[in-house]
Amino acid sequence: MTITVYIPQDTTAVSVGAERVATAFVQAALNAELSYTLVRSGSRGAFGLEPLIEIEVGAQGRLAFGPVSVDAVPSLVTSITEGEYERHSNYLGPVNTIPWLESQTRITFKRCGEGDPTDLANYCALGGYRGLERALTLSPQAIVEEIKVSGLRGRGGAAFPTGIKWQTVLDAHGEQKYIVCNADEGDSGTFADRLLMEADPYQLIEGMTISGLAVGATKGFIYLRSEYPRAQKMLERAIDVAMAEGYLGADLCGSGQRFELEVRMGAGSYICGEETALLNSLEGKRGVVRAKPPLPAIKGLFGKPTVVNNVLTLASVSSILADGGAEYARHGVDRSKGTMPLQLAGNIKNGGLIEVPFGVSLNKVINKWGGGTRSGRPVRAVQVGGPLGAYLSSDQLDVPLTYEALAELGGMLGHGGIVVFDDTVDMAKQAHFAMDFCAKESCGKCTPCRIGAVRGREVLDRVVDSTASSNDLILLRDLCETMEQASLCAMGGLTPLPVKSAMDNFPEDFGVTDNQYEVAV
Amino acid sequence: MAQSAAKHAASQGGLLPCLHEIQAELGYIPNEHLESIATAFSLSTAEVHGVVSFYHDFRTSPSARQSIQICCAEACQASGSRELEAGVADVLGVEFDETHPADNYRLERVYCLGNCACGPSVRINDEVYGRVELSSLRQLVAEAVQS
Repeated sequence: MTITVYIPQDTTAVSVGAERVATAFVQAALNAELSYTLVRSGSRGAFGLEPLIEIEVGAQGRLAFGPVSVDAVPSLVTSITEGEYERHSNYLGPVNTIPWLESQTRITFKRCGEGDPTDLANYCALGGYRGLERALTLSPQAIVEEIKVSGLRGRGGAAFPTGIKWQTVLDAHGEQKYIVCNADEGDSGTFADRLLMEADPYQLIEGMTISGLAVGATKGFIYLRSEYPRAQKMLERAIDVAMAEGYLGADLCGSGQRFELEVRMGAGSYICGEETALLNSLEGKRGVVRAKPPLPAIKGLFGKPTVVNNVLTLASVSSILADGGAEYARHGVDRSKGTMPLQLAGNIKNGGLIEVPFGVSLNKVINKWGGGTRSGRPVRAVQVGGPLGAYLSSDQLDVPLTYEALAELGGMLGHGGIVVFDDTVDMAKQAHFAMDFCAKESCGKCTPCRIGAVRGREVLDRVVDSTASSNDLILLRDLCETMEQASLCAMGGLTPLPVKSAMDNFPEDFGVTDNQYEVAV
Repeated sequence: MAQSAAKHAASQGGLLPCLHEIQAELGYIPNEHLESIATAFSLSTAEVHGVVSFYHDFRTSPSARQSIQICCAEACQASGSRELEAGVADVLGVEFDETHPADNYRLERVYCLGNCACGPSVRINDEVYGRVELSSLRQLVAEAVQS
């Protein structure tokens, strides 16, 4: 009987002990003379259960154990040799019946955790490269139409319709066009890009290749943040294999079409997640934001027409082409089509990657999947959409997670990050951090962001020190308005969002009671 | 050095990969090399300096053998990094942005390691550790220093 053991090599799984557990497993299995195959898989993103070990015996499905500590490994090996899995204290049942995973709608993340991330044969066996095979039979315009039908919008944060962006690049004249993948996932509370690149890198590679066919680009770059060394190794290995197997290079699957791909590393600058700063950085320059227009779709990388899309957007493309745009658009509500990979983080019991159709309520995500706070204290604030997203209060948690509903609340869904805070949080300090972060990471090109954030931090210094006057809060609102209206990009333009929402929803933390400052305004 | 610069100058947008390679090799980007890098890329020395100084990752002076980075971004703040940030100097005997005199590691803040569901997160060299508390941090650093 063949036994296969899956232990993740994902950053988060390793951060809570997966590497030590794997070492302990090898040793314990040696002692028990257990014959098995070890696969270092990606993670499924159920981070509350990591290190999550899966055991496949013969034709049975995979049985899951987690979270497994080093101390629990010998008894786990014993339960395998004796075939008595259910008695182990970490036994979770068949992996596809774990409620946390079973209740999701996995499209983009369906393969994550299924096997060795760089095993190309496994990727193809699980439905990979069906999208590219179909794309190779279609005209560029027909591929773009398929994306339009899917309703896919940019998953990086701005939610721009992908089909329209691609149409612009397809229609643009140019000998050379580029596909750029924005893998500079700098937002705190987000890790979906990292998880996908570490667990299913071929899906991104396939999506970028399809994008190249759609708009007539022969070269792609993945701009990856330097904080993700594991993702870098995984992507580079996968690109090498794809090249060797003819899925990248001068003759894609024997079609005569060309697409080449390269990973380029960032260097620790948050602003390089902004698409025009990213393009400058890729060109070898300071990561300074460019004024728009011209749009990158017309004049992008090296002045050529360029598709710039986020990891999840490009990854979604492969399943849209494989199963059709209409099938993808079946999920979701209104103009928020398809599924959204939410990332549940911060003070949460069972955090991780939750891919669900748009429209699920925030409350359900935090309580049903998340199981409430890790500290056990009440939820006080939730920041949705990354560091530039709004802080919602506990009475706003019924909001359905769609682009439209969050915008109505004055917030944004962004890249899908959800950071939960318990009642020990000081919201003035969080507002201070938002301004401080903007001051540190501003590229310096436009004045409202470069100077405004510094002045905002100074005002909030006084709020945090309890030396602020009510005039200070008026000044802060004024500053926020200037930054919102006059900044060149989303960094300066959206930093006021967490600041103002903290002031609006938690006025008691700003040394002002009964919303006096609103009266003053 | 000159060979590396010439190789990268031949590829599109090769300056960042070139700087990464030099730093990986030497541990930092010596100021005296800026001119030859600039020549290879047909840039001015000021332009190369501008790029080097823009990015947090690039250093122009020798650095410690090892690096300890404490994530101080929102998701980690929500799970206790503010306490870690406040107490780490006492526990390790070194301030942020300084190098430990005896153990030769540098303590830094970092803003997001993408480990946000299991914070507070700490990166020691290339390894990320989750759910770190002051007590476990001391142990982790001691192990890293020994290795």
